[in-house]
Amino acid sequence: MSAVPVLTPAEELTVVPKRHPGRWLAAAVILIIVVRMAISVLGNERFGWDTVNTYLRDVSIGSGLMMTLGLTVACMVVGVVLGALLAVMRLSANPVVSGAAWAYVAAFRGTPVLVQLLFWYNLAALYPVITLGLPGVALDANQLISPTVAAILGLGLNEAAYMSEIVRAGILSVDHGQQEAASALGLTRMETMRRIILPQAMRVIVPPTGNETIGMLKTTSLVSVMAVHDLLYSAQIISARNYQIIPMLIVASIWYLVVTTILTIGQFYLERRFARGERTLPETPIQRLRRLLRTHAPSVRGTS
Amino acid sequence: MTAVPTDRPADRPADPTAAQPTVGSAKSPMVIAERVHKKFGLNEVLKGVDLTIDRGEVVVMIGPSGSGKSTFLRCINHLERVDAGRIWVDGQVVGYEQRGHHLHELSERAIARQRAHIGMVFQHFNLFPHMTVLDNLIEAPRRVFGADREEVTARAEVLLGKVGLRDKIKAYPRHLSGGQQQRVAIARALCLQPSLMLFDEPTSALDPELVGDVLAVMKDLAASGMTMAVVTHEMGFARDVADRVVFFDSGVIVESGPPDQVILDPQHERTRVFLRAVR
Repeated sequence: MSAVPVLTPAEELTVVPKRHPGRWLAAAVILIIVVRMAISVLGNERFGWDTVNTYLRDVSIGSGLMMTLGLTVACMVVGVVLGALLAVMRLSANPVVSGAAWAYVAAFRGTPVLVQLLFWYNLAALYPVITLGLPGVALDANQLISPTVAAILGLGLNEAAYMSEIVRAGILSVDHGQQEAASALGLTRMETMRRIILPQAMRVIVPPTGNETIGMLKTTSLVSVMAVHDLLYSAQIISARNYQIIPMLIVASIWYLVVTTILTIGQFYLERRFARGERTLPETPIQRLRRLLRTHAPSVRGTS
Repeated sequence: MTAVPTDRPADRPADPTAAQPTVGSAKSPMVIAERVHKKFGLNEVLKGVDLTIDRGEVVVMIGPSGSGKSTFLRCINHLERVDAGRIWVDGQVVGYEQRGHHLHELSERAIARQRAHIGMVFQHFNLFPHMTVLDNLIEAPRRVFGADREEVTARAEVLLGKVGLRDKIKAYPRHLSGGQQQRVAIARALCLQPSLMLFDEPTSALDPELVGDVLAVMKDLAASGMTMAVVTHEMGFARDVADRVVFFDSGVIVESGPPDQVILDPQHERTRVFLRAVR
């Protein structure tokens, strides 16, 4: 390195950050592409934007959306509750209990969910009368397993297999010392699980569960094969009448997008809540915007 | 310094918890361990340990790693199940109930109750990171004894004051230094008002400049008459605070006596080799 004579006193030197012209170029290219695409899509009348606009607030689309939301909630509740139970079973010291949980996960994760759905839908062919092995119980399978019930069972039980792995990973992520400290303080295993282990495991459990919920919202569209009036099926019924197939698919897609966006926002704040006690909390979009505005504002010397 | 006899120095006050109703009488030893054996697989870690700890006594356990001292400490509150032998704490057999010639393991809740009377401090603190300092302290008293929130909070505040962390009551553990975390962990154990405190290498995970604060808190605790069993490598602490030093090697107690005798004038070759290595 060549020695540069230092003439300016150090405190009078200004720091000039490196410029990034490549970033500006990339941003410009992408913006041009996006604008061209938007013009093309909005300008193509075969997309049928008028029809989209008309049916976006259609009553039957609305009730289809409600069915989709209801199915998502019901299936996730079944999945999370049963999944947590399976995770605890998997970690049991009893080999039969943990083996049963393992077999469940293997069976439900190893077969396509569409096949499972059709199995539940056709349960009456296997068991016309459901007795549950109990005396005095004789339920008509055709009545009991309506398409909606088959949908909840099929999707929920399948989800439980995935959720159990997520919950198990979360429980195992908590340091063993936590269990020991809780035991030494006189907490029972149940209290330790509920008060100490699970709240910490939630940090690992919440992000993939958010993904699962968003995935479930979309997977519920499979129930259209069983003629359950969900969002997609409602859109298809209309397009069967007016032959506007693409616009109706767009209507359904817009609603799926709206709900997944809302779920994503909810997931962010949920993750933030379970990050309590961490050194740094993830910043909210407003905080992020403020920070960006601050760093890109013309710098004033002396501010720190 | 001359050798101090094993009984309590006269200036130490009587055990403050002796007033509580307990099975053991105020005069009986706090801990009696009888021929304690423990195996991990084929590895026999404890090969018949006998040890008695009197009320108010501070016993420091030293020895090479793998000598069984930590395992023995963990047997005292049944974090490890003993394979043979018995341990009494405060007049009760730990973890078991003797019926005839059999020891039946107690129910989980009964063991939890016993443990709540035995405080334990770990090498890695093991504070609950999702709870504030205050919640760390009051969680167990509220759950185990159903204690009143106000009352436990008041007690927690006093204890945090004693360990010099009254101002950190609302902080989360991750925002504290290692030394501060360990002092909170000590306060957490004390919040259950235990009659015995176990310390498992409480300063081994700390930066050297933070060790002093933790040892000072432990010294105060010893001076207040608490019965303590301490596994440590801090020879200075052992000499200043211990009533008795116990040297473990290969799963047995090799030597036991007043600190000056064991540390300055060890009788056994193995003790001498170990002490030369740690100095």
